[in-house]
Amino acid sequence: MTPSELNQLRDSLKAAHKNVKKCLHVCVGSGCLSSKSETFIPAIQKEIQAQGLKEYTVKGVGCRGLCAAGPLVSSEPDGTLYHEVTEADVKGIVENLNGIKNNEKVYNTDTPFFKKQKKIVLENAGEIDPCSIDEYICADGYTALTKVLTSMNPQQVIDTISTSGLRGRGGAGFPTGRKWGMMAKSVSKDGKKFVVCNGDEGDPGAFMDRSMMEADPHRILEGMIIAGYAVGSDQGFVYVRAEYPLAVKRFQLAIEKAREKNLLGKNILGSSFSFDIEIRLGAGAFVCGEETALIASIEGKRGSPSPRPPFPTTSGIWGKPTMINNVETFANVAPIINRGGDWFASIGTDKSKGTKVFALTGHVTNSGLIEVPMGTTLREIVFDIGGGCLNGKKFKAVQTGGPSGGFITEKDLDTPISYENLQNLGSIMGSGGMVVLDEDDCMVDITRFYLRFCVDESCGKCAPCRIGGYQLLQILENILRGRGTPEDLPQLKQICHAMQKASLCGLGQTAPNPVLSTMKNFEDEYKAYIEGGVKYARQKSKGKS
Amino acid sequence: MNTEIIKATINGTPVEVPAGTKILEAARKVHIKIPTLCKHQDLLPSGGCGLCIVRVKGSPKMFRACTTPLENGMDITTHDAEIVETRKTVLELILSNHPDECLTCGRNTNCELQRLSAEFGIRDDKIKRYVPDLPKDASTGSIIIDARKCIKCGRCVQVCQEIQNVWALSFLHRGINTKMAPCGDISLAESPCIRCGQCAAHCPTGAIVEKDDVPAVWDALHNPEKFCTVQIAPAVRVSLGEEFGLPPGTDLTKKIYAALRRLGFKAIFDSNFSADLTIMEEASEFVDRFTKNPSSLPLVTSCCPSWTDFMEKMHPDFIDHFSSAKSPQQMMGAMVKTYFAQKNNIDPAKIFQLSIMPCTAKKFELERCKEMKSSGYPDVDCSITTREFARMIKQSGIDFDSIPEEKADSILGEHSGAGVIFGTTGGVMEAALRTAYNVITGKNLEKEAIDIQSVRGLDGVKEATIGVGNFNVRVAVAHGLANVEYILDKVREAKQQGKESPYHFIEVMACPGGCIGGGGQPYGVTDNLRQKRMAGIYQCDRNCPVRCSHDNPEIKKIYADFLGSPRSEKAHELLHTHYQSRPIYQR
Ligand SMILES: Cc1cc2nc3c(=O)[nH]c(=O)nc-3n(C[C@H](O)[C@H](O)[C@H](O)COP(=O)(O)O)c2cc1C
Ligand code: SF4
Ligand code: SF4
Ligand code: SF4
Ligand code: SF4
Repeated sequence: MTPSELNQLRDSLKAAHKNVKKCLHVCVGSGCLSSKSETFIPAIQKEIQAQGLKEYTVKGVGCRGLCAAGPLVSSEPDGTLYHEVTEADVKGIVENLNGIKNNEKVYNTDTPFFKKQKKIVLENAGEIDPCSIDEYICADGYTALTKVLTSMNPQQVIDTISTSGLRGRGGAGFPTGRKWGMMAKSVSKDGKKFVVCNGDEGDPGAFMDRSMMEADPHRILEGMIIAGYAVGSDQGFVYVRAEYPLAVKRFQLAIEKAREKNLLGKNILGSSFSFDIEIRLGAGAFVCGEETALIASIEGKRGSPSPRPPFPTTSGIWGKPTMINNVETFANVAPIINRGGDWFASIGTDKSKGTKVFALTGHVTNSGLIEVPMGTTLREIVFDIGGGCLNGKKFKAVQTGGPSGGFITEKDLDTPISYENLQNLGSIMGSGGMVVLDEDDCMVDITRFYLRFCVDESCGKCAPCRIGGYQLLQILENILRGRGTPEDLPQLKQICHAMQKASLCGLGQTAPNPVLSTMKNFEDEYKAYIEGGVKYARQKSKGKS
Repeated sequence: MNTEIIKATINGTPVEVPAGTKILEAARKVHIKIPTLCKHQDLLPSGGCGLCIVRVKGSPKMFRACTTPLENGMDITTHDAEIVETRKTVLELILSNHPDECLTCGRNTNCELQRLSAEFGIRDDKIKRYVPDLPKDASTGSIIIDARKCIKCGRCVQVCQEIQNVWALSFLHRGINTKMAPCGDISLAESPCIRCGQCAAHCPTGAIVEKDDVPAVWDALHNPEKFCTVQIAPAVRVSLGEEFGLPPGTDLTKKIYAALRRLGFKAIFDSNFSADLTIMEEASEFVDRFTKNPSSLPLVTSCCPSWTDFMEKMHPDFIDHFSSAKSPQQMMGAMVKTYFAQKNNIDPAKIFQLSIMPCTAKKFELERCKEMKSSGYPDVDCSITTREFARMIKQSGIDFDSIPEEKADSILGEHSGAGVIFGTTGGVMEAALRTAYNVITGKNLEKEAIDIQSVRGLDGVKEATIGVGNFNVRVAVAHGLANVEYILDKVREAKQQGKESPYHFIEVMACPGGCIGGGGQPYGVTDNLRQKRMAGIYQCDRNCPVRCSHDNPEIKKIYADFLGSPRSEKAHELLHTHYQSRPIYQR
């Protein structure tokens, strides 16, 4: 395929699209699929036929975020959204295509949940069929790749990414343009360099990357191909955990379809640039998301981190320069190329640009996947988008950053979200977990939950994390049993600090964050256990069950 | 390659090092020691223990000195209140996961963890102790793993995988349940382990130690029925001193003879003698193949039991190339139980033959196959390491420092310089070449040429061509088993292409440095230490009036009196063995 053939294809697809008056979008993300949403598609088809509605169609689309209200069906382009759909609703929904008659399953979209979001990486989620490359192309997919291959040299691509201010969405927020620049300069003896998409996503409760991979796999591929061009690599890997079978399936399909259209493989779009992508399955250990452990895992070794330097961009998979970016990072690439670095840089705060996808969960009214511009305040997220705490309970804290994040309380809710601001509050951006806690939540207990996750996931290579995490957990368990002593608190702090300073990788360095954060903000709850003893502990645990 | 010089400061002192130097080594240059438990000079840094953290000005994080290369302009602090406090907490955490059994531990007074704990002044157990209940693995009879004492530093796994290429050891499970054990959680005896003991030699704690056979030796010595005899290996004499505060490389041969006599041994022999005997047999085998049957070359040395075990498991296609000559340990035993017994009219059933070896695999060699009992009795009854021997001397009350020197017992005690260099990598090759040269040319190598420098030193693979009369003999020497693949592959490649073997003669020793770096030697081995021990060995060689095995008068005598000629029928019966392919996993 040549660039002009691709453009022709897109034009004809768009023309055909115009002929469709209305289309029902059935969510076929993992969440809705668990309620058998895929069975609605033939049912709707049948119903459309039965009602003799010719200019209407139906298709499966990726997750649009409101998983708790699923299964979701929407009617496009008018945007009517139906929630908690069952087989029985199909008839009514189809009838509504010619004017709303059946109201009971219609979801109100005129709310801050929808209004305050800004979709860049999720713009196709809920709009296109993730299994169809034509739909992606029709939605201006692969225009960025065409632009890059026909009118930009690698350095210009890197400069555009640098100008955009995009930072890695995998957690640490490393400037993506700088990483690509380092990788482009990195020399490999035999010319081999690898680009890796990190789709390990091991945080409990996180599903941002999964949703993106399921909803819009081609956009991630396009980002990776552009990265390959920019840094001089001809081989990419997508590292996905085996527990994400749907993402793997859709990715595999996307790769095959892209190969068929010469968007992957040799001489892409007739250019001199070749690039191919393979999927590698992870065994599902959280630490395998850490880049050096991920490399070991791809090489078939025990998934344990190694010291850096050498950094992967110098020596990664099989000793070759390897550039690892997160799923969401890659998903931002095509829009940046299409609309320019300056456009992206105009969104967000001084140092944190663009949008960020969060998985908003916990005791919040509207839970689900959201995308907001950097700089949105936590209050807007929790109270406007999230609709505040469930059942009118009083807000206590919001936990950001996954298992190694920290807790942010009422007094800091007006902080605009950015990498720096969250860090200054003793938390982190992480990959985008956001858990809302209300007045009934016991902070010591919740801290134990997060800590236990990291302790279970510690790879065991370095002493501070392996033993420190375990000992922290023992002390917390003891406190929660009402058997803590006042000396426990300084000892917790002492071990936390040693872990932060002396652990080898990010897991151990950040695992103490929840402990330190709750000890700072909710020390009284710890003291209550210590002073209240076994009696108090029994009372608390009874209240919980 | 990289000659760029990096300039930085460490604790305010300027330091200049070649690019790539890690902070840990750079600090050494300005006389600063940063504590470590996992880093070992032989191994790549793993960053496991977390003790070597330092501060680099301008960064909120702390860096591992073992893995972080020095960069221009770095301003490094290695010791301040926070760093030391953090290190101390990490050490306390490690201790909280370790049994407090120092008093009954194989590494008591010689343990890196114990030493650091003392240096840091840790005086109480503030963090509650948790030690998992794991059984000991004593399945091999050579080394014992006590996984409870393991601090997961990874040295043993690295040595076994990277230096020895055996891959017997691995880490299993995750988090606090991480455990060092043979892959698949089988016993060590069922694993590919070749008993080299390098894991024990590199372990900082008592988690892997040699099997202690000292009680069995005392039993024999205290048994009036037994006629106790002993041999000491070449490499033991230059390392034992380290256990008594003497510099490495000090030759203690004659003090050792004296101590052995006081311990109650009735006849004291030297493995140097049987090394000469091995050379007579092996060189004769070599000359035979070289002159009559060149297609059967290369000949490969077989005196290292870990190497033969490795070959049998991993490279059985080389069995036909192995010298059938037994190792010096076994040859000595066979001669003691036959020649010596007959000559002195002693019932060989009553003879107890002990070997003092730098090696844990020698314990395993005693029962390697039925030829290890070719006299009708075990050639050797018991084998102890240098470390065990040092303990015996200490237990006996002998003041080793002041004991006067004595001689070995004649016959089976006298040796040439060629015998003693068996203790170092390249030594067997050099000794064999000295004799092969004589057999082929009828002359001895001349003065300087007798020191065959090209096979000496610590390079992992040494290749050389040595002129022997009208011939050029191509040889290769490897030590540290990860280095043999290169040599064997070259031979295989030539074979496949129908070409002549690139080497005529190959020497392999399993341990880095050869026996001077053996798994049973005093702790703390580094290349520096190996070099000193090696220098001691070559000094012994130079001090010998006789430099070639075939010139050893006792060797001449034993052939005249008893064996006839090299590879005679009798020699074959007593001094040779065979090899067989063995499964990598014994399960
Ligand atoms: C314990 C641990 C787990 C991680 N898991 C992930 C993950 O699941 N996905 C991810 O993209 N990055 C993860 N990271 C971060 C990666 O190491 C790496 O920084 C990231 O993939 C780089 O991509 P970016 O520059 O696009 O952010 C993890 C880091 C640590 C320390
Ligand atoms: S910090 Fe934890 S997860 Fe990371 S290397 Fe150390 S033990 Fe493994
Ligand atoms: S290994 Fe070291 S610290 Fe542990 S018990 Fe033995 S001597 Fe003591
Ligand atoms: S004795 Fe040698 S082969 Fe066996 S486990 Fe130790 S290092 Fe590995
Ligand atoms: S056995 Fe010894 S060398 Fe091996 S990991 Fe444990 S402490 Fe380290």
